[in-house]
Amino acid sequence: MKTTWEILRVPIRLFVVSGIGLFTALVSDGLGDTVGWICLAYPVWVAMSRARPR
Amino acid sequence: MTRAKRIWDWTHTWSSLVCTAFMLVVCLTGLPLIFSDEIHTLTGRHFAQAELPANAPRASTDAVVAAALAHVPGKVPLYLFAEEDKPDLWYVKLDTRTDTDERDAVLVAVDARNASVLGLPAFEEGFMAVMYRLHVDLFAGLAGKLFLGLMGLLLIIAIVSGAVLYPPYMRKQEFGTVRHTRSARIRWLDLHNLLGMVTLCWALVVGATGVVNTWADLILKAWQQEQMSRLAAGKAVPVLDADDAVAAATRQRDVSQFALQRALRAAPDMRLEMMAWPGTLLSTRTHFAVILRGDTPFTSKLRDALLVDPQTGEVLRAGDRPWYVTLFQLSQPLHFGDYGQLPLKFLWAAFNLLTIVVLGSGFYLWLARRRRQTDARNRLVMKAK
Repeated sequence: MKTTWEILRVPIRLFVVSGIGLFTALVSDGLGDTVGWICLAYPVWVAMSRARPR
Repeated sequence: MTRAKRIWDWTHTWSSLVCTAFMLVVCLTGLPLIFSDEIHTLTGRHFAQAELPANAPRASTDAVVAAALAHVPGKVPLYLFAEEDKPDLWYVKLDTRTDTDERDAVLVAVDARNASVLGLPAFEEGFMAVMYRLHVDLFAGLAGKLFLGLMGLLLIIAIVSGAVLYPPYMRKQEFGTVRHTRSARIRWLDLHNLLGMVTLCWALVVGATGVVNTWADLILKAWQQEQMSRLAAGKAVPVLDADDAVAAATRQRDVSQFALQRALRAAPDMRLEMMAWPGTLLSTRTHFAVILRGDTPFTSKLRDALLVDPQTGEVLRAGDRPWYVTLFQLSQPLHFGDYGQLPLKFLWAAFNLLTIVVLGSGFYLWLARRRRQTDARNRLVMKAK
């Protein structure tokens, strides 16, 4: 049995990274846009890699 | 199952069931809207502008409006809009009189650099217009917008209750486990949990900002009324005093350009977004309303409204931007995802597709659960017989 923190560690990380991505792309240009794309691509990559049959 | 978990389970099931069909419509219609600029370009529905040097000067707003009036004679100007992405493309809205319900209003696209008319945009026609109306108000006007806002609130409740229900399912599993070898119901449950967690932040932000956007009409009307009442009460703050000498020299020739210059002088770090002519819904009988936006990536999302007296050049601000207008203005880019170029649009589309899978799998899981419950009940009845 896992603790609540162990269960929520990755979802919280995904939530924070997505939030940073949305915010940086909104408030800045150039490098900020790139940081935003990378941050938002991370949860999409997690979804694609985990959802595939292994 | 504890009582608290039963309540969360009931909340998650019914909040999502009620909104699923409408949110599917919103997600599906949102997909082409993300790429509306690219689709318009591909389908030839954009206006091709002449190749001019990058620093080509702009024509005056009066010349632009005169060109639009020559193209559609017998009308008067109401508004002028400048596109954020294409600052040299302006739209002039004309109608038969200023105090109009805009039923017969016409938009004319004009090149802001040489005041040449590019054509009449057909925003209300075609596939993208249907997608837009379905996405925004289901062809039901303000009632449709508010209804979709209510569905958006249910979606937020469904997301939050889903996050609360998530940990008990994952006590014995690693994050992101999808049991492909088990039954379809288990596989889809795992996918629903995984994709629900992955899209949590994006879906909350886009859902919440979508709800705020459904209140756009009400928010803008409230702001306008607040500004008008401040003006009427003499509470407007002058930000640039009247200058009779300058006014006398310029106003006869280029009235609206004079008003724009005064507004830009009062707010030098801003750019034109929209002008409303005196007598229209968005201005007063004697003032031009000039809506400006900032010139940095962040402040470009925030607008400032100034009123300019074209007779004297006095510029007034009716008051600071209220918090609900700031919230609304920041909600728009966060909802549309059009602020971070093409890669952000692709990511927006990916999140949109993942959300469609979450919605569809949620509905499938509800059907599967009902079928299991019905089967169990039938078995009990058979046993009793």
